[in-house]
Amino acid sequence: MPPDVTVVDYGMGNVGSVLRALAACGAEPLLTREPEKVASATRLILPGVGAFADGMEELRRRNLIKPIRSFAQSGRPFLGICLGMQMMFSTGEEFGLVPGLGLIPGNVRAIPSKGSHGETRKIPHIGWNRLTPASADADWRGTILDGIGPDPAVYFVHSYSAVPDNPRHLLARCDYAGYGISATVRSGQFYGCQFHPEKSGPVGLRILHNFLRGGADFS
Amino acid sequence: MPNIRLIARLDVKGPSLIKGIRLEGVRVIGDPGEYARAYYQQGIDELLYVDAVASLYQRNSLKEIVRRASEDVFVPMTVAGGVRSVADVEELLRAGADKVAINTAATHRPALIHEISRRFGCQCMVLSIEAKSVGNGRWEAHVDSGREPTGLEVLEWAKRAVDLGAGEILLTSVDREGTRSGFDCDLVRRVASAVTVPVIASGGMGSLAHLREVVEEGGADAVAFADVLHYRRLSLAQIRTFALDAGLCVRTHAA
Repeated sequence: MPPDVTVVDYGMGNVGSVLRALAACGAEPLLTREPEKVASATRLILPGVGAFADGMEELRRRNLIKPIRSFAQSGRPFLGICLGMQMMFSTGEEFGLVPGLGLIPGNVRAIPSKGSHGETRKIPHIGWNRLTPASADADWRGTILDGIGPDPAVYFVHSYSAVPDNPRHLLARCDYAGYGISATVRSGQFYGCQFHPEKSGPVGLRILHNFLRGGADFS
Repeated sequence: MPNIRLIARLDVKGPSLIKGIRLEGVRVIGDPGEYARAYYQQGIDELLYVDAVASLYQRNSLKEIVRRASEDVFVPMTVAGGVRSVADVEELLRAGADKVAINTAATHRPALIHEISRRFGCQCMVLSIEAKSVGNGRWEAHVDSGREPTGLEVLEWAKRAVDLGAGEILLTSVDREGTRSGFDCDLVRRVASAVTVPVIASGGMGSLAHLREVVEEGGADAVAFADVLHYRRLSLAQIRTFALDAGLCVRTHAA
């Protein structure tokens, strides 16, 4: 039986790409904007590109905030991608301080456009960048990053980056001209990827594959 | 630093992949889908589709090509040519594109840059500039495959577009395009140092040395090429190996 996965449709971004990548992983994804279907999903993906404030407003307008929170309370697997990951946090600073979904404590801030020595850092951060373990004891085994290989470059495109209150929620980071980007966050069964697994070639497909089969042993 | 992105540029006319010289005198290469899949499998970082005749015919025929490609190509895809409205962008994103690059419509109505950027995020809004040298370190932006001058000075236009919300600049040197004589590094350097967003250099790649020049001297953040790939004069593996040996950061691809 194909893995059961629901993708939230709230009018922000490249859902087509996400659905096709999930299909390539053997899933038959359900794209929905119906609050009941979101709340009762087996696994939920919140995709999205664009601004934090707009994303939250679109979720609110479609009455999707409550169902996403009630899904999350059930402890079932959740994956936020790019803006979808950012909205998992408590607050975002894009266009004023805006409350997020609050699934992971922390804030989403602009990537500084100057480095520590005053050099220009180009914004948005666009391109393939390497994932590194967030700390010496960060273990990717049994997570969505399981088995992605020794040099896992993935595709980023963003101007804001999440800063989790609890460093233990950070699974992988990447270095952008001296600034540490929170690349993958995890809290229990909640995952967030700042990069786009659906656009990151075989490595990205592996990550989605892991998410779809997640919960138990990945290898 | 992030990796330098290697981008395959696919100019399309109707159903066919084409290649011209200075964007003119086009020759049919083959089926764009076949080439896109092959480049993906060889580890291309991004694909750039350009509808070569969209502005002339007031339509973009790439939607179907992109939709099919997105079924088995999982890297970012940018669509250029004939994108004129927020509704056009929405359709292309739904078809599987990740970004759009806009030239003609933005020169006619610069506010469109702001509208697209506000609606879909600046990362989605690439300004496409077709630059022709007018001498004395100045370049003029053109439209319709380099045929029509706009009166816009390239550096000024690039800066204004970034202020309006462009998240990236696709900079094509019409003078060098298809000539295999190297990028216009002077042009790339001027634009890349004038704006705070990434610049994609396009037009002129004929050898591996050209890649190094445009990154080291031009400061390009990404490099688009067509001729060397389509005519199989260089493979992506060769390009990658050369770049790594030359100390340029590029993504390594496990085949």
